[in-house]
Amino acid sequence: MKRNALKSQLNNGLSVQSLSFSFGRKLALDDVSFFVAPGTFCALLGPNGAGKSTLFSLLTRLFTTPTGQILIGGDDLAKTPRAALAKMGVVFQQTTLDLDLTIRQNLRYFAALHGISGRDCTVRIDAVLDRLQLSDRADEKARTLNGGHKRRTEIARALLHAPGILLLDEPTVGLDAATRRAITDHVHELADQDGITVLWATHLTDEITSPDQVVILHRGRVLVDGQADEIAQGSPLETRFLQLTGQPA
Amino acid sequence: MSHFLIALIAIVKREALRFIHQRERFVAALVRPLVWLLVFAVGFRAALGLSITPPYQTYITYEIYIVPGLCGMIMLFNGMQSSLSLVYDREMGSMRLLLTAPLPRWWLLTCKLLGATMISILQVYTFLFIAWLFDITFDPLGYIYVFPALLIAGLMLGALGLALSSFIKQLENFAGVMNFVIFPMFFLSSALYPLWKMQESSVLLYQICSVNPFTHAVELVRFALYGQFNLTALIWTLLATALFMALALWGYDPARSLIRRKG
Repeated sequence: MKRNALKSQLNNGLSVQSLSFSFGRKLALDDVSFFVAPGTFCALLGPNGAGKSTLFSLLTRLFTTPTGQILIGGDDLAKTPRAALAKMGVVFQQTTLDLDLTIRQNLRYFAALHGISGRDCTVRIDAVLDRLQLSDRADEKARTLNGGHKRRTEIARALLHAPGILLLDEPTVGLDAATRRAITDHVHELADQDGITVLWATHLTDEITSPDQVVILHRGRVLVDGQADEIAQGSPLETRFLQLTGQPA
Repeated sequence: MSHFLIALIAIVKREALRFIHQRERFVAALVRPLVWLLVFAVGFRAALGLSITPPYQTYITYEIYIVPGLCGMIMLFNGMQSSLSLVYDREMGSMRLLLTAPLPRWWLLTCKLLGATMISILQVYTFLFIAWLFDITFDPLGYIYVFPALLIAGLMLGALGLALSSFIKQLENFAGVMNFVIFPMFFLSSALYPLWKMQESSVLLYQICSVNPFTHAVELVRFALYGQFNLTALIWTLLATALFMALALWGYDPARSLIRRKG
């Protein structure tokens, strides 16, 4: 029974085991391991240069390493990359929208990359646009959108193929406080209500809520992995984070 | 419809949409060969005597001789333009979206290549139409036979662009490609002068021209425009396509990915 429960967790969650990676001689990730259970919002917290983007590049198979293992919903990214990538939605730090295409054209292009076309594609696009409150802007070019709408479009796009796991690499960079809050809340809802496993890379502690899982990455190593309020130990999470990473408060 | 096919259609369509949004690129791509055809070729008409060599069965004017080379020029510049846009895509991040699609990387790159080649072919046919308006014409069937030749030549030059894009670190380095790839490739070929003319002047340059894959792409197009088939040119072009594609796949291999350089 216990074994079946573990298998089910692995089949929907995200597992990183003993992952190391270097740029030439410089070690960027050193024996990184953590597990994000299904339906959990996990914040990957780390100062600039901690290795968050490198980890994201490995999780999205932009590059690979012979050391360690990544399981996406139970699929080994190194052995069955197509199955693993199909289960994952990604929002990159840098916008990846084609600015000359409309929101709908951007979504349709992405859907096709995931093998979705025709009526099914239209239905899915309408559903995600409605959910992200973008329906009335569907035929506007991405170039005309503000930063917040671009981000929402990218989240809508990442959800189009109904992934079980959503990776977001510092998705609120450059956004105003209200937009940041709206996007953070929405992604928390995706984990709470839809059971999507979320890995959210950030260096901003105010994007994290008490029940969230937090993995603190520092100089390529996992410093702490636990629930936000347990890590905070009654102090503000930011203070604890700065203490742990040895940064001035 | 299979996942592979759906993705192919989407990527080709995106290339086409991108092309439509960059009309000035289309005009620029045509102005260059038209200047060569309507100015340079006319000026050199008297200076360059052409003997009867295959596929020609009679004396031809220099404007006629130069057209296949200019078709190649369009495809060469377009291949490099695609390479430039790939480097741009990489810097802007949209390449990441493509490379994280759940499809084999070789297929995603092939789709990109086919998309860029289709745009090149469209430009070449527009150029041939303008040439026809100036009474520079070919065998009527040649306009059909040339399609597969353009496809193969376009794939070869596109694959070269793809391979180069995997090694160019930054957009700013693209000017170097112009100097070290496009110009030598174009001038050390049979695009502007027949190789026997080159041999009369320099055996070494003749030998370099003979192994330049661009020469063979141009010859493939030249023969096809007269409804003829040049096996040697075909083999050379296919071999070069395979080599450049292998280099591109190596360059885009996630185990040694170019994106790694971006950190």
